[in-house]
Amino acid sequence: MDLSSISPTLLIASLMVAATPILLAAIGEMVVEKSGVLNLGVEGMMIMGAVTGFIAAIETGSPWAGFLAAAAGGAVVALLFGFLTQVLLSNQVATGLALTLFGLGVSSLIGQGYVGIKANGLRRIDLGWLTDLPFVGRVIFGHDPMVYLSLLLVALVWGFLKYTRAGLILRAVGESHDAAHALGYHVRRVRLMAIAFGGACAGLGGAYLSLVRVPQWTDGMTAGAGWIALAIVVFASWRAGRVLVGAYLFGGITVLQLNLQTAGAKVSVELLSAAPYLVTILVLVLISFRAGRGGDAPADLARPFHASG
Amino acid sequence: MIRLERRPTPSRFWSAAAPILAVALTLVVGALMFAALGKDPFEALRAIFWDPVFGEFAFYFRGQLLVKAGPLILIAVGLALGFRAGIWNIGAEGQYIVGALAGAAAGLAFYPSDSWLIFPLMVACGALGGFLWAMIPALLKVTLGVNEILVSLMLVYVAERSLLASAAVGWLRNPDTVGFPGSRNLSRWEASANPELIAGTGAHWGVAAALIAVIFAHVLLTRHLTGFHIRLTGAAPRAARFAGVVPGRLVIFCMGFSGALAGLAGLFEATGPAGQISIDFASGYGFTAIIVAFLGRLNPLGIVAAGLLMAVTYVGGDNAATNLGLPAAAISAFQGMLLFFLLAVDVLTNFRLRAGKGVTA
Repeated sequence: MDLSSISPTLLIASLMVAATPILLAAIGEMVVEKSGVLNLGVEGMMIMGAVTGFIAAIETGSPWAGFLAAAAGGAVVALLFGFLTQVLLSNQVATGLALTLFGLGVSSLIGQGYVGIKANGLRRIDLGWLTDLPFVGRVIFGHDPMVYLSLLLVALVWGFLKYTRAGLILRAVGESHDAAHALGYHVRRVRLMAIAFGGACAGLGGAYLSLVRVPQWTDGMTAGAGWIALAIVVFASWRAGRVLVGAYLFGGITVLQLNLQTAGAKVSVELLSAAPYLVTILVLVLISFRAGRGGDAPADLARPFHASG
Repeated sequence: MIRLERRPTPSRFWSAAAPILAVALTLVVGALMFAALGKDPFEALRAIFWDPVFGEFAFYFRGQLLVKAGPLILIAVGLALGFRAGIWNIGAEGQYIVGALAGAAAGLAFYPSDSWLIFPLMVACGALGGFLWAMIPALLKVTLGVNEILVSLMLVYVAERSLLASAAVGWLRNPDTVGFPGSRNLSRWEASANPELIAGTGAHWGVAAALIAVIFAHVLLTRHLTGFHIRLTGAAPRAARFAGVVPGRLVIFCMGFSGALAGLAGLFEATGPAGQISIDFASGYGFTAIIVAFLGRLNPLGIVAAGLLMAVTYVGGDNAATNLGLPAAAISAFQGMLLFFLLAVDVLTNFRLRAGKGVTA
């Protein structure tokens, strides 16, 4: 094995790209869960975003139109989930699963005319001499705009939840919907808005896969990324900063695994390609050792709310 | 303004009528979807639902129905027990793969013997493989409180990408062929074959196992203390603990049982309809079975009806794909839609729709 063929600069740069779809989906899902809703349909929303974004980008020729369409597409299917769970009070676990199965089917249906086409993705920004700096230039100043947008989004969510009144209301709804309702807040409205936001983020994450990371449309291309995003929210114990750490950690493992494969590591290809999933399980096990397990989760997570009590 | 009023007890009428209404709604919206795809909706629905059962070539399709329904029912019955108690085994697809691999490996270890003991051994190993794969999330849940949904699902990808891929190109590959991935043909080796039991019906040992599992689960739920504990835990977890239910033991039982059944389904598939372990052995039965379990109201007898209906959509979907050029993906969208509508109309089971404002609590 030739480890010297792995360049740390490229490794870090590509791990940021690999982590961005999961980061986008995870930060959205964190907001949803903070409002007390468990949406297990992240995978379905991501794949819907991936396909709508890809089609819009091909048809208009603009990747930005693609990302907009992806956010809209993700939000629309998320609101389908929202209508079922918040208005019709269906079981959140089952509905989330249904959303994933539905999204996988619908996306491959509407995407079938677009298999094998290449989208013109986002170009990396170029800041002149800044980008030309060794190491720092490529790692900090040499990405496509969506990478920075995802980082900005994490900061905004953090600030929103910590410092704004609306963020406080959202957290209150997630911790005790009955108390929030008694105070006159619209539990259902807050939750629906959070669900739509989560869907839009997941859609963006999916579009990042189909427009930048791959960049092509293939059936089921999210390959469990949505589920990994869900695991990262748990890993992060519902904190924005830790979501970022978790997503980048995960991106690192994914990229390292690919690099080890090309460097001809002595480990079997099959074992390496399962590594991201094994590591997710390992992480879930490790965080369960922490004291006060589950104590970080919003208290009313996944409990349905009906005003009649 | 329409509002919801909670029923004191769930409506028995709607509990039974909801799946029928959901199927009807899916048919209507599905017809619209087919029309949007530029196909004659009536033609499409006829190709999917009518032809496989009553059409000109039904004698051919009918055999396919049980082939598809068998594994779906077998897996769904196991999953339903857990779902009833709020134990979410989402990784049946992985247990299905591991069961098939374990069973096939056990059998092929004795190749080319023709002992009659080989098939029973394979069946036992198939169940054991699925059981052990399901024990990973179950034990992690019981000992450390790790979320079983995420772990069981991640293990699907591990089973598919790691175990199945390495088996098909490596340790289970047929040594007599050059360059082709995939194991020896199990359905053509007398000792491991899982043939049609009654000619023309498509019923193989997996269908027989599904039937036994349905009866077993039905008796368990209605006549046995464990079944009562499962139902009680689902309805009122706190009350269940006062009644002496050990939640951990229930998790182990439900996960293990559903894993073993999924493993069996995988083994019967590998030795029968699929015929071998190949790289594309994972067929999605483990995920579709989740829809089947819900469509059957998590009730073993309902699952039989739901499994047959889902098998019709599979077989009819194939039929529509070849005859009308309907995309194969349309069927999975159709199946997802069915689950959505079912969850939506289920509101009528627990709530009454009331017009007007009424007193708000």
